Amino acid sequence: MTLRSKDLLGIQSLSEGELRVILDTAANFAAVAARPVKKVPTLRGRTVANLFYEPSTRTRISFELAAKRLSADFINITAATSSAATGETLTDTAKTVEAMNVDFLVVRHSMAGAAHQLARQVECSVINAGDGPHEHPTQALVDLFTIWEHQKRFAGLKIAIVGDHPRSPVTISNIYGLKKMGAEVTLVGPSTLLPPGIEQLGVGTATRMEEGIAEADVILLSRVEITEANRLQIPSLREYARFYCLTRRRLALAAQGALVLHSGSMNRGVEISPEVADDAFPLMVEQVTNGIAVRMAVLYLLAGGDRA
Amino acid sequence: MVDKPRDVQELLSPADTAHAVTRIASEIVEENGGGAEVAIVGIHTGGVPLADRLVAALGQLGEPPAATGTVDITLYRDDLSQIGPAPVVRSTDVAFDVAGMTVVLVDDVVFTGRTVRAAIDNLIDLGRPRRIELAVLIDRGGRELPIQPDFVGKRVDLGSDRIIEVVFDESGDRVISYLNPAGPP
Repeated sequence: MTLRSKDLLGIQSLSEGELRVILDTAANFAAVAARPVKKVPTLRGRTVANLFYEPSTRTRISFELAAKRLSADFINITAATSSAATGETLTDTAKTVEAMNVDFLVVRHSMAGAAHQLARQVECSVINAGDGPHEHPTQALVDLFTIWEHQKRFAGLKIAIVGDHPRSPVTISNIYGLKKMGAEVTLVGPSTLLPPGIEQLGVGTATRMEEGIAEADVILLSRVEITEANRLQIPSLREYARFYCLTRRRLALAAQGALVLHSGSMNRGVEISPEVADDAFPLMVEQVTNGIAVRMAVLYLLAGGDRA
Repeated sequence: MVDKPRDVQELLSPADTAHAVTRIASEIVEENGGGAEVAIVGIHTGGVPLADRLVAALGQLGEPPAATGTVDITLYRDDLSQIGPAPVVRSTDVAFDVAGMTVVLVDDVVFTGRTVRAAIDNLIDLGRPRRIELAVLIDRGGRELPIQPDFVGKRVDLGSDRIIEVVFDESGDRVISYLNPAGPP
């Protein structure tokens, strides 16, 4: 069993079987990182290009190391320094890059559907590394992998996702992934941050933190900050923290030994209290390490020969 | 689906197979001297059960290996772009320091030698063994690389349209060959 598509655009289009193949493969790639020579010759001669239209240092470096540990050649293209700054369209830029015989395009863009549009127009494999509020499949796979490593099951797990959902690149992907694997998902946040109609994806919602994380086995946090886009939805960070900051007192309401995961750089004192952040930090570091193994697995599985 | 195998021939009976494993074990001891730092490493998938048999046989000789492990060559293949979808990655489990060891790679059948080349590359990425040797149950010739086994159960000369299969079974291992249902390559 392998992946049906040449591209990885989102979790929505993957089957449970495909998700399991990726997680199993990632487990074996995680072992490569523990070796003295952290590199295998698998993708020698292939080229991976990162095409990033918005900054995301962690994702960019993770893909870069994953490609390099598979012995692929790697180039980084960032919008600020490329022809995108001259007004060239996304498609034209991608086709130009593809003409240099690139095998994988890893695309980060603020517009939902950017990677999907590219995938229809280029022959090479396209990996969505975040298309705005839509999907960020590899990051969701990292969360799934870390949860699997610790809990060894998904069925019946209670998962609370807390944060600025419309701005979080990974909420939607996590919902698709966790639901496909059989977990129960609750989105937590002030009503202004709960996307209207989100219940249609089969998730519960809670506006009270204490209710949303009660008995949760896993709490997924995302960074909360005030930006131009959400300043009307979050009155102030202090107010957000007062109601939604994950403190030790609130964490005690979750299941015994609940996992606390954070998908980006933390804003200590806003979405997570400094004490909980210190306790959960080892797990977040582990997630960064897992991120490379998961991305190696994705590159490897997409690189296979002809598809049926 | 795969057709029923045609024209099945037995290359090694259960008794022959057990005998071959014991003989290979004594040759390993003889070649490396008793008490040497010998590790037995099976190549996935066919080499792994055979390595288990060899480890047991070495134990019976009073010369258990210093270490055991398995290697998966998938990530070291030279034909990823030619074969179908990406093959399943299995684990490479070498939980000892290979530096300074004599590592005996074990596979069920050696044919083109490409699997062994990949396994050697994999081992060397884990450290610098003092020496690497190769033990196989069946050597069927047809090498495409300058690689030769040090320990061989049986050498056979079969047409390339035949498949050799080592059947690992608790009641007795045996080796059979049959015509490739997909026809000649």
